[in-house]
Amino acid sequence: MGIIGWTFFWVGITFALYIGIAIWSRVSTTAGFYVAGQGVPTVANGMAVAADWMSAASFISMAGLVAFLGSDGSVYLMGWTGGYVLLALLLAPFLRKFGKFTVPDFVGTRYYSNVARAVAAIVTLFVSFTYVAGQMRGVGVVFGRYLEPVLQPISATVGLEVITLGVIAGMFVVATYAVLGGMKGITYTQVAQYCVLIFAYTLPAVAIAFVLAGNPIPHIAIGEVLPRLDGLSEEFLGTNYSDPFQNFSMLNVFCITVALMVGTAGLPHVIVRFYTVKKVRDARWSAFWALLFIAILYTVAPAVGMFAKYYILSSFSDLGAMGMLNEQEWVRNWAQAGLIQTGAWSEGMSAAAMLETIDRDIIVLATPEIAGLSAILVGIVAAGGMAAALSTASGLLLVISSSVAHDIYAEIINPEASDERRLFAGRLTIVVAVFLAGLLGIYPLGFVAEVVAFAFGLAAAAFFPVIVLGIFWKRCTKEGAISGMIVGLAFTFTLIILMRAHVVLPVVFETPILESFLGVNAQGIGTIGMVLAFITIYVVSMLTEEPPQEVQDLVEQIRYPRVITSEELYESSKVEPGQAEAGGA
Amino acid sequence: MATPQMSREEYWQKQLRRTLILLTVWFVVGLLSGILLIEPLNEFVFGGIPFGFWMAQQGSIFVFVSLILIYAVASDRLDAEAGLAEVDDESTSGPGAGH
Repeated sequence: MGIIGWTFFWVGITFALYIGIAIWSRVSTTAGFYVAGQGVPTVANGMAVAADWMSAASFISMAGLVAFLGSDGSVYLMGWTGGYVLLALLLAPFLRKFGKFTVPDFVGTRYYSNVARAVAAIVTLFVSFTYVAGQMRGVGVVFGRYLEPVLQPISATVGLEVITLGVIAGMFVVATYAVLGGMKGITYTQVAQYCVLIFAYTLPAVAIAFVLAGNPIPHIAIGEVLPRLDGLSEEFLGTNYSDPFQNFSMLNVFCITVALMVGTAGLPHVIVRFYTVKKVRDARWSAFWALLFIAILYTVAPAVGMFAKYYILSSFSDLGAMGMLNEQEWVRNWAQAGLIQTGAWSEGMSAAAMLETIDRDIIVLATPEIAGLSAILVGIVAAGGMAAALSTASGLLLVISSSVAHDIYAEIINPEASDERRLFAGRLTIVVAVFLAGLLGIYPLGFVAEVVAFAFGLAAAAFFPVIVLGIFWKRCTKEGAISGMIVGLAFTFTLIILMRAHVVLPVVFETPILESFLGVNAQGIGTIGMVLAFITIYVVSMLTEEPPQEVQDLVEQIRYPRVITSEELYESSKVEPGQAEAGGA
Repeated sequence: MATPQMSREEYWQKQLRRTLILLTVWFVVGLLSGILLIEPLNEFVFGGIPFGFWMAQQGSIFVFVSLILIYAVASDRLDAEAGLAEVDDESTSGPGAGH
């Protein structure tokens, strides 16, 4: 079998596996549907979080992005891992103790207000929809790229594009297991998807590390490769690969990293995973396992980026651009797929100009070929890319469904609804959400590429401050929370639009309305929005009446793993902090 | 083990202090050494890799994982000491149930 045959084989096998898991893990209650009955073991939950987290973008694009950004690529590496520290220390255990199903649940209850709940539900919808659109597109792209020769005749017959067929197939698979199994089905499918994607990612990296440096561990092989890469980079591009602040200023590197970290901790589809475990301590351990599993990919990615860039530059140094075109098969293959613009190549062109013509996304997809791996393994990489896109899409779809069916329908519109009715509403909204996400995948809006900045910026500015202060500061009031969410949201949203107007509305604007805000670009603006939200919440809370006693009791309650009885609570409210030691417990 | 030796307030103060210390390390390792001080740290080269660059792309991630591990282990211990751990019904078999 060739590459196409093996790709079909692996994608087919993994799809069958996902559907099988869905049938095995069907659920019949809303608790099963939204939080998997809170019975997911920690290691499995860690894997599910990792798969949920690592999207098509992490799998396909990140190593390429890091390869092209050099040292400044660390904004993504640190930004998308460091947030888990905030999540584990500041949010996960306390939200698990709180229980219930969603982030708006917490906001609505802690801030004793359905207005707060509704604002939170709308932000959740916005963040998740923008994020999921990119995932469905990713599914279509992976399908289109690998299975084109097979899908081409089908697409000609039914009159649809190859990428459209890919999106439809992906929609069908996600809808099946999300509708049947809800969170339970999604969680166990994600465990399988994690295994597929991490295997597919590390295997080529190990092989290429061995080829380039004689050491199969990528983390060690970079010690061998980086000095050579720095030399080549200096010679052909004029700077060392490892020199910082070539693409972003120090201020921007700082702000982007913080926005991504805090945004990670505030993303509803990530937070909600910590509701699915049995106990508070399981939430802490889940966060540990999750970051450990994520770190495997995130520490290998920069190595893959370095290997690929080294390989490209050393080929260029040996052969020149035209020599590469004539002698290297991968160049011709990817040129055929339209992802290297070899038409612009000429004798004696500069390395920088040559790199410009290479699509960043091929770095990961081309490594197996560069390392000379066989067709079996190239097929596994395709299945890995699919796993990454599908697992993230399904997690997001469940969050969208729970915002509509649980937070808006069951809690605000019709609190009397029976469990069956709620479950039906949940399933129905998933189907609608899959359909809408598929449409966004087939007809991508111009700003889909800007989605990441939006999703992270808004999560950082709108969610993180209210949740953290809700846990750590009893005096925080509903007025403070609502105004903080609105200020964070409005500021971040407006500034991203102003700075990215030429991308979001290319018909109307040719240039950004605002270049930067005090030197901070669109990706980092969430950091400023977050600071403003914190300030607003503090000031408004101090000016308004303190929260009712039962809310303060709730905050007291979620700080401790076991249930605190009402007598204990009453007793502690009488004891001054200074006397606490004498009082005992 | 079962008899609590500290009050809830004391437990919470200890948790807060630990959280603060761990977040300080998080800041120093990630944002300080990986970004703000990356240039001076790049003067030191270990095993072919400038140290600041290594911290930004590898070291910080290892430290982040360790911070959560330390937090989980230490919190388990403190929960038990304060008599605030959840009552185990059937599962002490979870990962990290090492003590």
